[in-house]
Amino acid sequence: MTDTTSTVEQQLEITLRVNGVARTATAPARRLLSDFLRHDLRLTGTHVGCEHGVCGACTVLVDGQPMRSCLMFAVTAQDHEITTVEGLAPDAEQMSPVQQAFTECHGLQCGFCTPGFLTTITAYLQENPDPTEAEARECISGNLCRCTGYQNIVKSVLRAAEITHEREAGA
Amino acid sequence: MKPSPFVHHAPRSVAEAVAVLAEVGHDGKVLAGGQSLIPILNMRLAAPGHLVDINRVAGLDTVEVTDDAVRIGALVRHALLERHDGAFAANPLLRQALRNVAHPAIRNRGTTTGSIAHADPSGEMPAVLALTQGYVEAASAAGTREIAAADFFLGPLESCLTEGEMATGVRFGRFPAGTGTAFAESARRHGDYALAGVAAAVTLTDGVVTSVRASFVSVTPTPDVLDLTEAFAGREVADVDWVKAAEMARDHVDPDGDIHATADYRRMLAGVLTTRVLTEAAATALEGQSR
Amino acid sequence: MTTRMFGAPVHRTEDPRLVTGNGRYLDDLGHDALAAAFVRSPYAHARITDIDVSEAIDVEGVVAIYTYEDLDGKTAERLPLLIPHPTLTNPMTGYALAPELVNHVGEPVAMVVATDRYVAEDACERIRVEYEQLPVVVGIEAARSGEALVHEEAPGNVAAHMVQEVGDTAAAIAAAPHRLTLALEIERSACMPMEGKGVYARWDSDEQSLRIYSSTQTSTGVRAAVAAKLGMPLAKVECIAPDVGGGFGVKIMHPWPEEVLVPWAARRLDADVKWVEDRREHFISSAHERGQLQDVEVGFDDEGRVLGLSVKLWHDNGAYTPYGIIVPIITSTQLLGPYKPGAYKCEFWSLFTNTVIVTPYRGAGRPQGVYAMERTMDAIADYLGKDRADVRSTNFIQPEEMPYDHGLLFQDGRPLMYDSGDFPASLAKLKELVGWDDFAAYRAEAEAAGRRVGLGIGCYVEGTGVGPYEGGHIQIETTGRVNVSTGLTSQGQGHQTVFAQIVAEELGVRMEDVHVTTGDTRRFQYAVGTFASRAAVMSGNAIALAARNVREKALRIAGEALEADPGDLEIVDGIVRVKGDPEAQVALSTIAVLSNPLRYAFDESAKAATQFAGTPDMDKPPVADDEEPGLEGKDFYSPPRATFANGMHAAIVETDPQTAEITILRYCVIHDCGRMINPMIVEGQVHGGVAQGVGGALYERMAYDEAGQLLNASFMDFLMPYASEVPHVETDHLETPSPLNPLGIKGAGEAGCIPVTAVIASAIEDAEGFPITSMPISPTELWDLRHRHAAGELPGLRRGSRTTTTAPTA
Repeated sequence: MTDTTSTVEQQLEITLRVNGVARTATAPARRLLSDFLRHDLRLTGTHVGCEHGVCGACTVLVDGQPMRSCLMFAVTAQDHEITTVEGLAPDAEQMSPVQQAFTECHGLQCGFCTPGFLTTITAYLQENPDPTEAEARECISGNLCRCTGYQNIVKSVLRAAEITHEREAGA
Repeated sequence: MKPSPFVHHAPRSVAEAVAVLAEVGHDGKVLAGGQSLIPILNMRLAAPGHLVDINRVAGLDTVEVTDDAVRIGALVRHALLERHDGAFAANPLLRQALRNVAHPAIRNRGTTTGSIAHADPSGEMPAVLALTQGYVEAASAAGTREIAAADFFLGPLESCLTEGEMATGVRFGRFPAGTGTAFAESARRHGDYALAGVAAAVTLTDGVVTSVRASFVSVTPTPDVLDLTEAFAGREVADVDWVKAAEMARDHVDPDGDIHATADYRRMLAGVLTTRVLTEAAATALEGQSR
Repeated sequence: MTTRMFGAPVHRTEDPRLVTGNGRYLDDLGHDALAAAFVRSPYAHARITDIDVSEAIDVEGVVAIYTYEDLDGKTAERLPLLIPHPTLTNPMTGYALAPELVNHVGEPVAMVVATDRYVAEDACERIRVEYEQLPVVVGIEAARSGEALVHEEAPGNVAAHMVQEVGDTAAAIAAAPHRLTLALEIERSACMPMEGKGVYARWDSDEQSLRIYSSTQTSTGVRAAVAAKLGMPLAKVECIAPDVGGGFGVKIMHPWPEEVLVPWAARRLDADVKWVEDRREHFISSAHERGQLQDVEVGFDDEGRVLGLSVKLWHDNGAYTPYGIIVPIITSTQLLGPYKPGAYKCEFWSLFTNTVIVTPYRGAGRPQGVYAMERTMDAIADYLGKDRADVRSTNFIQPEEMPYDHGLLFQDGRPLMYDSGDFPASLAKLKELVGWDDFAAYRAEAEAAGRRVGLGIGCYVEGTGVGPYEGGHIQIETTGRVNVSTGLTSQGQGHQTVFAQIVAEELGVRMEDVHVTTGDTRRFQYAVGTFASRAAVMSGNAIALAARNVREKALRIAGEALEADPGDLEIVDGIVRVKGDPEAQVALSTIAVLSNPLRYAFDESAKAATQFAGTPDMDKPPVADDEEPGLEGKDFYSPPRATFANGMHAAIVETDPQTAEITILRYCVIHDCGRMINPMIVEGQVHGGVAQGVGGALYERMAYDEAGQLLNASFMDFLMPYASEVPHVETDHLETPSPLNPLGIKGAGEAGCIPVTAVIASAIEDAEGFPITSMPISPTELWDLRHRHAAGELPGLRRGSRTTTTAPTA
């Protein structure tokens, strides 16, 4: 081995807007967005299940669109708007429609995959406010859950759409 | 499962990007969507010393529809192209195929140009590029060139892009009037790489078949095109039995077996799917003519 | 009366925290801890000849690198054999770090501790290990041939050989009017929780104490194991299972090498150290399950009644047997399901292979046993031309025969004796739900449209709630807050909710006042763990008994305060009152004050318990001889034997006539776990189990090549089902209470997955007309079977034609 004299890895100052707030931390270029959110910014609601983009547990919204945070580098996400599960509720007291639906429909068991489902469904319902059951199933079909068998997650999608309409009607 | 260290480059223009690529040579990789590259990096199956992150290069994120092509820049995400109504009107096959690319979250990030440059024979979009007789646009420090699909794919995961060269966009061809298209694939799970997939285009003139072509996913080493025109041209479309095409497709493909399916099974699938997509494409073409 | 909480579909109290990103899983803790990563064997069987760490030690950020040479004391000895058994004559366990031999790909060889995981992995890449490769044993057939050996100490690769027999099976089969043999195969899968394993250890050098967080199904087990390995007093070690992202069995295994090494390194480095398993590590260095070969011989009469059943099993236990032979023992006993064969013999061999270890995965040997039995039932029905449900019915143990003693020993070393169940009623419900009697017409309709459909069925009985014990502790604070703790852990089963329901019901308090802690040895030190569908049965009953103790004490103190007979008191919403006289009441919070005689008043309510308050009896001490201060109670539940839940599933599948793609059109479940504490949660457990079962039947397998490399060690190639692969699940319940425990409950955790492989095999066989004997099955395999069938290599089903007397699948 010729390069045993290790060089100190280049550190970058990375600023992201996360849940509406500009957040800055110093990290190497290779820091995955998932790790940056979890460990550098200590927003641990986003979970890491496979680190190869298949399970969807780490799904966050980048400029409103669901993406795998394990398949992005934090440095690439610079200047983009990131929404994590912590940012889905308007405030700490009030759950978002999707979060509320999950609690009403028993849409989670261990809860580890749940943040990825919540972000995915939140974005989906914004574009498709009235999904059929088949569409609800399709919408979650890129996220793995090992506990629920998906039955109650499908119900949660439909219920979240209802809650959204109820809140709109009540507002 | 964390990537090895690399130096991150964030060029603002293609010229800057290719200048970096020229400098770092084979130790450099272009990062656009990263949906194929980053899993490989995370598993440390590759460890390039330099990543040329083109996400901040201006002007690469547009879709242009012209008389003979749908042109997309290297930063056009699958999802953008999938939803693009102009592109759909110009070439419905794009949306038909894009719906089969992994899952929406991957399509939101992954780029169509990137998946073509990756030259994976199990990718959907290389097969579409081939069937539409499209082109890859490439740039390097030496200049730009365009490469016909037929010349672009050299083998599995191997394109003709040279060291220091990057794909800046692709042009999908458009089919002549009277063409119907269809895409179908079979995967173990919804959203997985296909065991076999087929894209097809059938062109009719006054209800008579004038052109029949298909290209394949996961069952040929490169996404080449099977031209079935000779076998079906001149027939009234209503009289055509597309089951005949299955055998030709089976003869054409050259699949490998793996843990998910045997080569024979994939060959069978290619045949069955060919019949199905040709039937659908012909029906679409006929419907388009009667409208 | 208080609103009934027991039996109500109460929303989970866990959820508001978990859906807002406020869960605390293992890797959400210890952001500043050092990170560990491991060099793991790339070979399935090899001798380590050299380890060179010189290039790795200079990597910026590396703190320490350890190999076997660095281990000391008991950490250098083999990992424990957790469950010895007399027939496990050649037990073998691995080391925390391999000293010389590696026996499967993924076995840990060196440990790196660094400032972060990225750097730790950089260093791992630079550690050079030289190996001398040895012959590799992969697959059950290679193992039983004994040509190559995994361990020199285990001739024939046999870890255990066990025989259990009731009656004279050979004679019964020989005398039976009809006989069949079946050769069956079932492949490996794995628990695959969404969160992998993980350990985070904090060493306190001032206290010389260790706190371990582990993503485990047994914090008391990890604590005891680590204390033993590190030579520490138990009192100086505490273990906490934080939020755990799924377990399904793999996290009941302990101590994992990392559970020993991470605390060991933390103490040695006087630093916090954390290891978080990544997905590839989980595939190659945790545990798998399921793989068996099965030979069945059965003798039966004209009605299909089984007169004698002889089963031989070859079970792949992987490279080591740290968890003993629990899995094949369960297969061999739970195989019997709801049936009563005239005579039964089961013989199994548990075999070593150079693959990842095999420890319980949800169902724990039952899916394999049910598969063997239900394939046999279908074969009998086919042979006789009888309805498959009727043949099962003929063999059922009847409700009036309960309790039913099979005369065998179960996995807990206690009699295999069913406590309750009504199998005919369950079957009737299932037939109704799936439309059993209308299926022929449906099939005819489908066939006319060029479609191919089949109906399958599977029945099971599941021993749940095995001992030895669990405990519960309840303490009511002077604010009225009810603290409940139990030692076993939670991985998503909703324990916080269901245990609170039990306490609310038993004590007469509001759910929102009840706070449940599980899996924290600081709060409860005696426990076994969460496995075998035992949490609700074991801790649920222990907590109920503890609540009854607290209630009794509360009523006694309240009786004194209200000058009433405790028997005339009731507790409603946390208030003790005289029945029929709501004015005479005292809050539990006040009783908590009174229960603890004080010298010092620290707030208003505490004044009532100080020494100059009230009118005490001066002849008695403030705390009576047989009393303790505080309104709290503790109790343990230890059952004489397991309680047996049961269920029956049916599915309708469609197979594509051209491509052999398999679609589940309907999936129906009848489930009986006795009284349900929370039907919504029971239903959720069933759903999840069915989905895992579907994965095991149609998608998941561990694809090892001949060299022992796992070819599909990723979520790309290990095909866990998405929502798009799991059918809508239709359920109905029967509640046959268990007479064994105070709450009348049985376990529900594993139920859903147990019969699925059998049911899907049954349905595909029905659709295709030839026997399905190897599961899981994929389209490519079904397509191959069709070709073999068409070529005459694979006989079709007889559908009662009885044209030959040879076995269909000899």
